[in-house]
Amino acid sequence: MNKPVPVTDWVSDFDHTDPRWTEDPYPIWDELRAQCPVVHTNRFLGVYMPTTYEAVKAIAYDTEHFSSRRIIVRNSRPPITQSAPPITSDPPEHKPAKQLLLPPFTPDAMKKLEPRVRAICNELIDQFIADPSVDAAARYTKHIPVRAIAHMLGIPEQDGDLFIKWIHEILELGITDEATLMRAIEEMSHYFMGHIQARKSKPTDDLISTLMKARGPDGQPLSDMHVLGSLRLLLVAGIDTTWSGIGASLWHLAKTPADRERLIAEPELMPTAIEEFLRAYSPVTMAREVIKETTISGCPIKPENMVLLSFPAANRDPAMFHDADKVLIDRKENRHAAFGLGIHRCVGSNLARMEMTVALEEWLKRIPDFRLDPAGKVTWSEGTVRGPRQLPLLLGKAT
Amino acid sequence: MAGKLKIHVDPDKCQGHSRCKSLAPELFELDEYGNAHEIGDGTVPDGLEDKAWLAKSNCPELAIDITED
Repeated sequence: MNKPVPVTDWVSDFDHTDPRWTEDPYPIWDELRAQCPVVHTNRFLGVYMPTTYEAVKAIAYDTEHFSSRRIIVRNSRPPITQSAPPITSDPPEHKPAKQLLLPPFTPDAMKKLEPRVRAICNELIDQFIADPSVDAAARYTKHIPVRAIAHMLGIPEQDGDLFIKWIHEILELGITDEATLMRAIEEMSHYFMGHIQARKSKPTDDLISTLMKARGPDGQPLSDMHVLGSLRLLLVAGIDTTWSGIGASLWHLAKTPADRERLIAEPELMPTAIEEFLRAYSPVTMAREVIKETTISGCPIKPENMVLLSFPAANRDPAMFHDADKVLIDRKENRHAAFGLGIHRCVGSNLARMEMTVALEEWLKRIPDFRLDPAGKVTWSEGTVRGPRQLPLLLGKAT
Repeated sequence: MAGKLKIHVDPDKCQGHSRCKSLAPELFELDEYGNAHEIGDGTVPDGLEDKAWLAKSNCPELAIDITED
């Protein structure tokens, strides 16, 4: 595979997989935003990126010119054979597919799952609390969402490592390596088909069975392919996103003792703090495919290009948020778009919030003192979902 | 004397972020899909005015209207 040419001009030639973008994208986004509300690159067969909240919002609301049939910017655009409704659906198919998934993810449904998530967090903390240091990304944040979603789906929590491998192959390696992408999708589909088949003779009381029992708008049960697509979505969308959200929050608290102490002293601030971590360190960038020519914030948009729909960049727009580059855990007004805007609002947002809240609460309860390990290096994931993949921490009071 | 505040969630705009419900559970309820609706006729009881404004100012879809009788 050819190594990409390093970026010298971000405004006309940006690359969201460049190591500098992965390491610290915020100054790059500020530079882009100062130049233009929508920038373009010829890389990845042509991609626009809206840099302002206003432009991101306009595109998120506009399903006439922007399709969700492709939601990841990659080096190639293979024919669409595998969909994952509703995230890859446009109107009118989108609404019925989404409505099937909404009831299992309401805040009330999440309350029922919360005790299991608290137990998962404590089981994980038990394994390293006696150690002087820990890679919190590898041993804590990584495992919480995967076990929670496995629990909801009714599949073994210990299959988590397998899911994490597929997600890495689909969301990161798959940007440039089509063969790996296809193999991962194939393996994952095969795995879930097995679980679907097993439930045909022996229905269970879990999310897979709920989907299998659901009826589509035509009154007929969903096809196996639809169920499979939605399962693929839940797995891919529900894991490294929240892993990233929890990880970035812990990273912030590790390097900001004042916020850590305040959250411990004022636990009622937690919901506001979570929203602020979601704004400032939004993990998820989505994509759209341009299907009709249009104009966004005065910039011409042409078909055959993709759009990198950067909710994280929108959430750092100073025209929308005062002190946009500061993390204020008591920020009162916070219309952040971390979970998207419009019809594609993340179906798992209530799950993500609950997991982030529980993961931070349990950690702070048991490990009130921690800091970044100066001997280690924090590394960040590349591409569509951004969060710490190595988070070396020293545990206990500094001596 | 100022009149009573009345809130209304526009069901065409609400996408179920449930920020309002978490900030002002006394004023909003969620349906089976997680979409928000004002409780009752939306009249804001005395003392909850700040919560109504807070909910409005955190709705990412700008779906909450507040009117004054």
